[in-house]
Amino acid sequence: MIQAFKMAMKSISGNKFRAFLTMLGIIIGVMALVILVSLVSGATGTVTDTISSLGSNLLSITVSDDKGKPVTLDTLDEWMEDPRIGLAAPSATASATGKYGSTTKTVTVYGATPAYAPINDQTVLLGRFLNQADVENHTNVCVIPEKTAEDMIGYTDCLGEELALNGVKYTVVGVLKDDDESLAGILTKNSMMAYIPYTSLMRLSSTVSSGIASFSVSAPEGGSLNTTENAMEELLLERFREDEDAYSILSQDMLEDAMTSVTAILTVLLGGIAAISLVVGGIGIMNIMLVTVTERTREIGIRKAIGAGRGVILQQFLLESVVLCMIGCAIGVFLSWVVLRVISVMVASMGLSFGLEWGVVVIAVAFCFAIGVIFGLYPANKAAKLPPIEALHYGG
Amino acid sequence: MIDLKDISRVYQVGSERVYALNKANLHISPGEFVSIIGPSGSGKSTLMNIVGCLDVADSGTYLLDGTPIEDYTENELARIRNRKIGFVFQSFNLISKLTAEENVELPLIYQKVPRSERKERVEAALARVNLQKRAGHLPTELSGGQQQRVAIARAIVTRPSLILADEPTGNLDSKTTIEIMDIFHELHDGGNTIVLITHDDEVAKQASRIVRIKDGKLTEVDT
Repeated sequence: MIQAFKMAMKSISGNKFRAFLTMLGIIIGVMALVILVSLVSGATGTVTDTISSLGSNLLSITVSDDKGKPVTLDTLDEWMEDPRIGLAAPSATASATGKYGSTTKTVTVYGATPAYAPINDQTVLLGRFLNQADVENHTNVCVIPEKTAEDMIGYTDCLGEELALNGVKYTVVGVLKDDDESLAGILTKNSMMAYIPYTSLMRLSSTVSSGIASFSVSAPEGGSLNTTENAMEELLLERFREDEDAYSILSQDMLEDAMTSVTAILTVLLGGIAAISLVVGGIGIMNIMLVTVTERTREIGIRKAIGAGRGVILQQFLLESVVLCMIGCAIGVFLSWVVLRVISVMVASMGLSFGLEWGVVVIAVAFCFAIGVIFGLYPANKAAKLPPIEALHYGG
Repeated sequence: MIDLKDISRVYQVGSERVYALNKANLHISPGEFVSIIGPSGSGKSTLMNIVGCLDVADSGTYLLDGTPIEDYTENELARIRNRKIGFVFQSFNLISKLTAEENVELPLIYQKVPRSERKERVEAALARVNLQKRAGHLPTELSGGQQQRVAIARAIVTRPSLILADEPTGNLDSKTTIEIMDIFHELHDGGNTIVLITHDDEVAKQASRIVRIKDGKLTEVDT
């Protein structure tokens, strides 16, 4: 076996350029497989981390048919009394034209209640968040994020300034800390936002009414989201006359599950495409092995004459094709590592990082081995079956 | 040691059946030095292939050391070639990527002889043909005569019962021919059985017994 391995190395190194060209198919295939899968799983890791940082103790509930019994702010207050439920806050938005001095920008306006800030992990930097009195009295006050304050008003410490939304003036009572950690925070990084009492939003926008179309519910401190989900299910069914289609509950977990299955499909898909290129590389190996067998027909004849059986010849050529594949695989894995390092350095500023995915490396190695065996078997068998006299007299 | 009885080998050439060997008989005893002589196309090569277990006869029996070889599979024939027969070819047939030493070692590797013993035996075989100093050279770095000596070393390293030489001097000049023939004489004197196939009368005459082959039939030649 060691002898056969030495022989294979000798034969490969005897024709380095050709060996390299043959291996190129495998190298590219391995790189495609390892890099693509590593990139997908790296990105998946980052995205799922982001999703879970959103906090998984939140349910998003959408009401599609209120059956004449709309969910109102009072209903939410009532539900918050339930020990199985933490906080509940409406999530309604509208787009408005914001104006301050000579600055005019489109602002996304959120209809909020006092529960909105804690439920969405908003931190007040200056002033206060909206309170119950604001909601009850339809006050024209607003809370804005740091970024909006800087861009619209020009400075952060802008409490008491008046921001016009669709021509109505709202007094800034609080400034929120910019959120650049959660997915929502990242997605809304550059947009202008303002939080006003839900009741004030009803006046600002014709699409927002006292019947709340969608809202978020959190689990109580130390409670489980499942309990909350069951409680909500119960309350909603009761309210909407046992009609499951009248509402939908979406939890963060579901989003994560969906994300995971999407990326799993993506991994398989990309891996599959890369595997095809590996198979193409394997055909290249088979091709060159067939040429090698023809070129070395005489050598095979000599070996057979001096006593090599079929098995010995088969093993020799099979080993050569496997060694060729494995060297290609090793080079491919090494280059993949280099490429992933380079990509990681390039995207380091985006907070993404890509490492060699060892699982896929193992798969690539196993796959290359299989390709070496499968595509080497036919040429090796052809060599092994050559009749000794014909082989011996081949080409003279 | 070699016993051919009514050996026939037929080739189909187009619609015609050509008898390369037609009921040939040959007996060679251990320690003999036999020349088989004949013009090209006389069936020399076919005889050599059959005696060398590279090919199997269509009819007749061949006993090598008392065992009939007809029933063997290809792998068993390979084993017999490996253990009992040492080949020397006209065109040397060394493997060009391997050094002289490695070429000689090859049949021992197929016999699964342990490494240390292999080394010893290879050295001894090369010493026998006076090529110890060239052990590490590739065939392309050796002269024709030296290559043939490597081939002889490869043939004798397994201590075969029979050395089968097919036109061993066909590609060599007369001076080298003498050198190679001297080696065969030495081997013969050492007790080896040698079958030498040639078309050269001068070479053939050096054997103790000459067999002429013509149209697939063998006849003894008085010396």
